[in-house]
Amino acid sequence: MLINTFFLALREIRRNVLRSFLTILGIVIGVSAVIVMVTIGGGATAQVTEQIASLGSNLLMIRVGQHMGPGQTSAAPSFDLDDAQALFREIPAITAVAPSSSQKVTAVYGNANWSTAVTGIDNGFFTVRNWTVQAGRQFLDTELRSGKAVCVIGATVAKELFGQQNPLDSKMRLGNFSCQIIGLLEAKGQSTFGSDQDDLVLVPLRTFQRRISGNQDISLIQVSVAEGRSTDKAKSDIEYLLRERRHISGSENDNFQVRDLKEITKMLTGTTQILTTLLGAVAAVSLLVGGIGIMNIMLVSVTERTREIGIRLAIGALEREVLLQFLVEAVVLSSFGGLIGILLAVSASIGLTKMLNIPFIFNPGIMVIAFLFSAAVGVIFGFFPARKAARLDPIDALRHE
Amino acid sequence: MPAAEQTERHPLVELQGVTKVYGSGTAAMRALRGVSLRIDEGEFVAVMGPSGSGKSTCMNILGCLDTPTEGRYLFKDVEVGSLTRNQRALLRRHHLGFVFQGFNLLNRTSALENVELPLIYRGVKLEERRSRAGNALALVGLAGWEYHTPGELSGGQQQRVAIARAIVTEPALLLADEPTGNLDTARSLEIMELLTSFNQDQGITIVMVTHEQTMAQFARRVVQFQDGLVVTDRVNGEVR
Ligand SMILES: Nc1ncnc2c1ncn2[C@@H]1O[C@H](COP(=O)(O)OP(=O)(O)OP(=O)(O)O)[C@@H](O)[C@H]1O
Ligand SMILES: [Mg+2]
Repeated sequence: MLINTFFLALREIRRNVLRSFLTILGIVIGVSAVIVMVTIGGGATAQVTEQIASLGSNLLMIRVGQHMGPGQTSAAPSFDLDDAQALFREIPAITAVAPSSSQKVTAVYGNANWSTAVTGIDNGFFTVRNWTVQAGRQFLDTELRSGKAVCVIGATVAKELFGQQNPLDSKMRLGNFSCQIIGLLEAKGQSTFGSDQDDLVLVPLRTFQRRISGNQDISLIQVSVAEGRSTDKAKSDIEYLLRERRHISGSENDNFQVRDLKEITKMLTGTTQILTTLLGAVAAVSLLVGGIGIMNIMLVSVTERTREIGIRLAIGALEREVLLQFLVEAVVLSSFGGLIGILLAVSASIGLTKMLNIPFIFNPGIMVIAFLFSAAVGVIFGFFPARKAARLDPIDALRHE
Repeated sequence: MPAAEQTERHPLVELQGVTKVYGSGTAAMRALRGVSLRIDEGEFVAVMGPSGSGKSTCMNILGCLDTPTEGRYLFKDVEVGSLTRNQRALLRRHHLGFVFQGFNLLNRTSALENVELPLIYRGVKLEERRSRAGNALALVGLAGWEYHTPGELSGGQQQRVAIARAIVTEPALLLADEPTGNLDTARSLEIMELLTSFNQDQGITIVMVTHEQTMAQFARRVVQFQDGLVVTDRVNGEVR
């Protein structure tokens, strides 16, 4: 009997191609919209989170000058190496400190040249900014002290100047001097703010001061705050110490600024999450619209189907046989639509995440939810009108207008 | 009615004081006003009467499609009113064949599949089902029309599909509401011959509504309805 009913249901589906197609379409749209939106939102959030991790933990950036409004800073004396050492010495929460200065230069190798930023650093920079040297090595103490012409380059610079070649131990020109490449940084990709993090050349700070800037100035000090210590407390300690060292009296404003990059990035994560929620809401609406579509089709066909039910009952079908047929029909249509929706959504998500350059994260939970919702709509609106009809006397079902 | 003939036979269906009221209050329509009727196994009964006299209503009750407002309906000595919905459905499935006045075929469904339908619910296997449905269609003169849907068939052809669907199960009781209403005289006579042979060769009891005296001639007994009552019930003088 079950086989017979299944067979009858399939026959009805085939017989009403348009109705079946529209039902399936509603489910496909609902299911795939939800899955695609949620997958994209999830991918974007994951990317931001990953970038926060790559920034280094508990990073504070200390810059010269007072922030005066968008893009403006007032002139003020630079930091020097002593400032950096004092910070490290006096504030116990600081685990690593990285003084640096940078400038735009043109790097030249053979016929290739590439405009990039060169930054003078010491080895603390690698720790603070979470950089890994993928090939070669960091600077030696002797190189740092003597200001040797050596450099570590980022992946973008390596690609632009050397292509497929191995840049290690080659010499390239940086402005007016040539330096030997001793290390290659592991690629980090785009930053949360959209700039290329791998477009950089690192040289020892002393080398930078002697050969490029020609002065002792340090424009940026980055510090790591120990895990579990408050960055706010560290921030105020730094401000206090630097005000003292720079002889700023009580009523004057700071002529430097301490920024907690993590805060900004956290804000950005918040934005991404809002975006994800928004996408989810849009998706939920499409699911609802799909559901209403299915509902309409099912309800519209009730008149015709009530007569069909009447005929079946008159010929000797049991109420439960008729119901089973309608249930099987609804389940087959809904599952079919759901499966197509999932397949469509997965391929669309893979394509879109590739295009938007965000990771594709497989999320089975949302697939199950979207599928169950559509299936429920299909089954409920396919089944309940049928149940109402199947409970009529055959003659009343036949007379139904 | 010759009493001797009746005692030999077993009653198949019996209506006892059946009434049917549609609607209620001032809008109430008394379609049947106390019909008592006994039909024995193997009979061929023609039901006649003016339009609106309650013929179809009575047929629907006999076919277990509708329930009487008052009175009793016995099918093989079982009171139908005391059966559950499922039991009545099984009664229709195994013992009854019904030709509706309005055909009631499934739309967009081939003639063959329409005729197969009662066999599906009886659990007949595919091959047997196909051949029996094909034979039934051939009997009503529709060989070669198996794969046409009701929309592609004339009224008369649809009526014959409906007849095929009713007879394909070889039911104990065949109820036909104006089975020749849409057919020309030649076709009507063919159908009547067919019904007669069913009645005589297979012992199928037939109750048939008709407006035409010629068709009523084929039956042994003619029951006349008027205003929801049986007014005459006589054995046909000129049985063929
Ligand atoms: N569902 C219904 N609701 C209300 N009244 C009905 C209903 N069905 C039938 N009637 C009424 O009951 C009466 C008997 O109807 P019925 O269909 O039995 O007549 P009939 O003898 O079959 O007529 P015809 O020869 O035209 O088919 C009619 O007056 C009709 O209007
Ligand atoms: Mg009638």
